[in-house]
Amino acid sequence: MTFRLSSDAMRLAIPALSLTLLLAAVFWLQPRAMSYVGLNLLFNLAVPIALATIAQMIVMAVNDLDLSMGTFVSFIACVTATFLRDTPVTGVLILVGAIATYAGLGVVIHLRNLPSIVVTLGMSFVWGGLAVLLLPAPGGQSPDWVRWLMTVKPPLAPMAIVASIIIAAVAHLVVMRSSLGVLIRGIGGNPRSVERAGWSIVAARGAAYGLAGFFAVLAGIALVGLTTSADANIALRYTLLSIAGVILGGGEFIGGRVSPIGAVIGALTLTLAGSFLSFLRISADWQIGAQGAILIIVLAFRLMLNRLEKQEKGR
Amino acid sequence: MTIRKMLLASAAIACAAMPVSAFADTSTKKIALSNNYAGNSWRQAMLTSWEKVTGEGVKAGVVAAADAFTTAENQATEQAAQIQNMILQGYDAIVLNAASPTALNGAVKEACDAGITVVSFDGIVTEPCAWRIAVDFKEMGRSQVEYLSKKLPDGGNLLEIRGLAGVFVDDEISAGIHEGAKQFPQFKIVGSVHGDWAQDVAQKAVAGILPSLPDIVGVVTQGGDGYGAAQAIAATDRKMPIIVMGNREDELKWWKEQKDAKGYETMSVSIAPGVSTLAFWVAQQILDGKEVKKDLVVPFLRIDQDNLETNLANTQAGGVANVEYTQEDAIKVIESAK
Repeated sequence: MTFRLSSDAMRLAIPALSLTLLLAAVFWLQPRAMSYVGLNLLFNLAVPIALATIAQMIVMAVNDLDLSMGTFVSFIACVTATFLRDTPVTGVLILVGAIATYAGLGVVIHLRNLPSIVVTLGMSFVWGGLAVLLLPAPGGQSPDWVRWLMTVKPPLAPMAIVASIIIAAVAHLVVMRSSLGVLIRGIGGNPRSVERAGWSIVAARGAAYGLAGFFAVLAGIALVGLTTSADANIALRYTLLSIAGVILGGGEFIGGRVSPIGAVIGALTLTLAGSFLSFLRISADWQIGAQGAILIIVLAFRLMLNRLEKQEKGR
Repeated sequence: MTIRKMLLASAAIACAAMPVSAFADTSTKKIALSNNYAGNSWRQAMLTSWEKVTGEGVKAGVVAAADAFTTAENQATEQAAQIQNMILQGYDAIVLNAASPTALNGAVKEACDAGITVVSFDGIVTEPCAWRIAVDFKEMGRSQVEYLSKKLPDGGNLLEIRGLAGVFVDDEISAGIHEGAKQFPQFKIVGSVHGDWAQDVAQKAVAGILPSLPDIVGVVTQGGDGYGAAQAIAATDRKMPIIVMGNREDELKWWKEQKDAKGYETMSVSIAPGVSTLAFWVAQQILDGKEVKKDLVVPFLRIDQDNLETNLANTQAGGVANVEYTQEDAIKVIESAK
């Protein structure tokens, strides 16, 4: 073989392929989806999921896992639908405070050597509680500019596609090209060597969590822009969806091996899988199982390719 | 002209006489049910009623299709995606039992903008472009006290059993009961416990509060708790008060036993799961071009002394008394709202 794909490209090829396959299947089942409006309807709810997936991916890049993603996004959604609309200054302050809290969590997890799963699980109750305090009953209203942003009709491609491309590009630049991104992935790969090279791991971890918090905040705002109002339980599914999105997109739980473009594709694939199953008229009882099956098939495929890759290297 | 009028009149009569008539020009229309949860007997009965009534409707050619979709998880974001899929699938109307009154507004707006009629029921949505078939829970609570005032003109002490704390429905029914107590001041609510709409919880709660209560003449409830209350009171030497029931099968069965044994009298009130079929017919009427107000109110299913046996016979073991609505019922509800 003279031409070989780089392992990064390989990592992207599988999620891209599964998305294309699913999209083809959906178009075949429902030709109506093959239009500007159709694509937007299929994918607009994937935009907040993609943002949450990027946030989760950054946490996973430092070998941690964030189990509070769903409640945090719900909390941000409640803030967006109340404070950010009525008193924008207070709203922005709360959002900045939330990001700072996330960064603080990263620092605490590192300094005290705590398992991130336990800390974020605990925090999920805090965020959930705050969300209920803000909006005891579902309600609120999205700020007009957010609503405008999420329903804007750009030329050529619908909002959902344009937004996904922008998210993927920005996340790629930050995580793969910037020095901070390299540092973050370095912590996931080999923290000791990063430290020996003279970097502060505490600061880098804090920055990673802060960055994750920032993307999660964007996810909450985007979600409210789509739903027009909030609910304290609006995004509970995002915890698992975001983890699944990262894995589906070629990321791994350890070693700082992540792919931002893959993560966005993973989020789109997960959303599309739901639509695909519903177009197939699969009964609700089977849908969760079928969604799981799609995940397993993609993962098995990846494992197989990984093994092939190793064999070739060994030769 | 007169012939046309006569035709119209006879058509109207035909419509009224034959609820499921193939006359409507909605025969090419497709209606979808978006349901967020199917995990209890009420929701199961709701889906079964939908299937039965809409199945007949499709067969009779009233509509082209009436498919039911339930989300795998009871989550607003998932249901929003489901509604957007329905838009793509080209349904003309979406009948909706919503996971959240507000979180689906964006998706509902998308549907309205695509020219789709959205009718929400039970779990309603606040988006102004959708229709709402709401339950007047307050009236459900008030009507219980009103019934008691007719049975017991002298009044007396009441025990109130509430539902799950912090849930909207519980607040509403309780507010209605207290409103009723204000309207009929001969009644005094001397105790209030949370029965969580479950017989075992209600039984424990009532048994706990009974020793501290004076004589009670009536128990006002929210449904799912009457049988438990009866068991708790039967274990003491108190005289059995009038316990308002909530249409559950075990409650009706107990009532029937007491009625046969000693002529016990009460009434039972709740919402029939078949309200999904009412929403179906309302959607069909809107598609048919009828002018329908955005906010409609569901009639309760009330069971009284004389129709207890028929209702009990029609209720599955462990289920809830149900009623399926016809096109005629829907027209009546629509007209009463005008």
